[in-house]
Amino acid sequence: MEGKSNKKRTPAKRKSEMSYHLMVFPGLFFLILFSYIPMVGIIMAFQDFVPAKGLFGSEFAGLKHFLYMFQLPDIGKIIRNTVVIALGKMIFGMILAIAFAILLNEIQVKFMKKTVQTIVYLPHFLSWVVLASVVTNMFGLDGAVNQLLTAIGLDKINFLGNSKVFPGLIIGTDVWKEFGYSSVIYLAAITAIDPGLHEAATIDGASWWKRVWHVTLPGMLPIILLMTAMNLTSILSAGFDQIYNLYAPIVYETGDVLDTYVYRIGLVGRQYSFGTAVGLCRSIVGMVLLLSANALTKKLTDRQIF
Amino acid sequence: MVENRSFHSKVRTTIIYGIVLLLGFSCLLPLLNILAISFSSSAAVSANRVGVLPVDFTLAAYHKIISDGQFWRSFMISVIRVVLALVLNLALTIPMAYAMTKSKKEFRARNIYMNLLIFAMLFNGGMIPSYILVRNLGLLNSIWSLVLPGALPIFNVIMLMNFFLGIPKSLEEAALIDGASPFQVLIKIMIPCAKPSIATVSLFSIVGSWNDFFSGLIYMQKVKNYPIMTYIQSLNIDIQEMLKSGVSSKTLENVTELSNRNLNAAKIVVAVIPLLLIYPILQKYLITGIVMGSVKE
Repeated sequence: MEGKSNKKRTPAKRKSEMSYHLMVFPGLFFLILFSYIPMVGIIMAFQDFVPAKGLFGSEFAGLKHFLYMFQLPDIGKIIRNTVVIALGKMIFGMILAIAFAILLNEIQVKFMKKTVQTIVYLPHFLSWVVLASVVTNMFGLDGAVNQLLTAIGLDKINFLGNSKVFPGLIIGTDVWKEFGYSSVIYLAAITAIDPGLHEAATIDGASWWKRVWHVTLPGMLPIILLMTAMNLTSILSAGFDQIYNLYAPIVYETGDVLDTYVYRIGLVGRQYSFGTAVGLCRSIVGMVLLLSANALTKKLTDRQIF
Repeated sequence: MVENRSFHSKVRTTIIYGIVLLLGFSCLLPLLNILAISFSSSAAVSANRVGVLPVDFTLAAYHKIISDGQFWRSFMISVIRVVLALVLNLALTIPMAYAMTKSKKEFRARNIYMNLLIFAMLFNGGMIPSYILVRNLGLLNSIWSLVLPGALPIFNVIMLMNFFLGIPKSLEEAALIDGASPFQVLIKIMIPCAKPSIATVSLFSIVGSWNDFFSGLIYMQKVKNYPIMTYIQSLNIDIQEMLKSGVSSKTLENVTELSNRNLNAAKIVVAVIPLLLIYPILQKYLITGIVMGSVKE
């Protein structure tokens, strides 16, 4: 087959090519409709978009909305909130997942290992709508955590209503939701490490800590790098579902992020053009991040993101 | 020396087991708490007396749900939506993924399509243009607004493509030499070989559509059209506002509203049951999903 790169294509080949086109077309239709047509809609960021007039009838406004965006005192705060929350989730999430995988690997009692895995993977599959109730039950003013604090003689903390602790709550509860599921990939990496390396280290008198540090972690390094690069791409999405379901105006100071802002101002507040402008900046930065992360992982490991 | 080491290792093992158990309980107890609240009396719930076991066990909340028309309406909207999304996702992604496994020589337009897919993964129009599009298509308040915008999950196309690429070429070539058409190869060889990855993609599609509340929030203007998670989210809001401000300064309204906490907890439990039912299968395909997620080329 390889040798036949003739310019003339046989009828059979043309026929099979037609079949491949037919396989692509239905998906392509939806790709163009729901991915590419909204990209055309970005034009409204440069307009004073009025839904009744449509994309082709609305007045052009140049860079007005972008200039307005960068003048807003809020925007710096919102970008900072987004990055702080996303980075916090990424760093603490990875540390806990890696640590948990290493510890879980030490569990010899099979039944216990299986049971714990079943339980810690579960929150990943639950919606933030459901988990928001769980979190408010735990961290509300009369919730379990505050009852515990009172019991040991400490002051109550208004986790959901105090802008100083709110980002911590968001990061903490997300780490809690995802650490189990994220640990799956690290656990797979640990089991792939050659047991001979551990044996050799033990014979040389290495303690458990030393073995974790010099054998397990270096063995996991490619996966850790890959996951870091992948996670870095979501630095501008701090998790809309979670924050939307937990925040209130009282914590906007530290809890309002790009996605919640675009939703509130752009969609609910119907400032379509302005919202699109903010969304466009977010998309562009996101694309640059994804491209760099992909280049980085290609360089560092034998894998790539896409 | 030897004794010392074995003592150390025993302490270490105990600590490790302790931490792992602690993390396990940290995931289990908050969920049990919701379950317990749903089976407890309103009085016990308002007084914050419910821990991980029901207090004054009662099925009252569940009795109320049975006759709650809106709850079941939303529940059914979600069921139908999950089925529609699943069928559409598979029907679109599987053939597309297979066509994408062809080399440029076999399928000249392959790279054009591939680049279209990748670019759409890198960049998007954003929340507002998508909303305006759905509105202009006249899909607001229709169940199709929950299904069609996500009909082609691009990431799944890439994952399936990678899985198809892992199937030995010889199988396919043998069939082609025997005169099978590309559609026959796809249906008779590729799909049966790719069952685990198709199962994984399907499960993620089911979980994703069941859990999504955002599409319902922006595309449905009437509560009667809400899918289950959007409906539950609309209930959450009031109670959360109250819990945030604290019930220490109890007013009469607060107490009556709070008495709904066990009812809402019961609604959450029922809304999660479908996920729990597929959870055992989900766990089985977890690894496949993760391995597929990290592409190797």
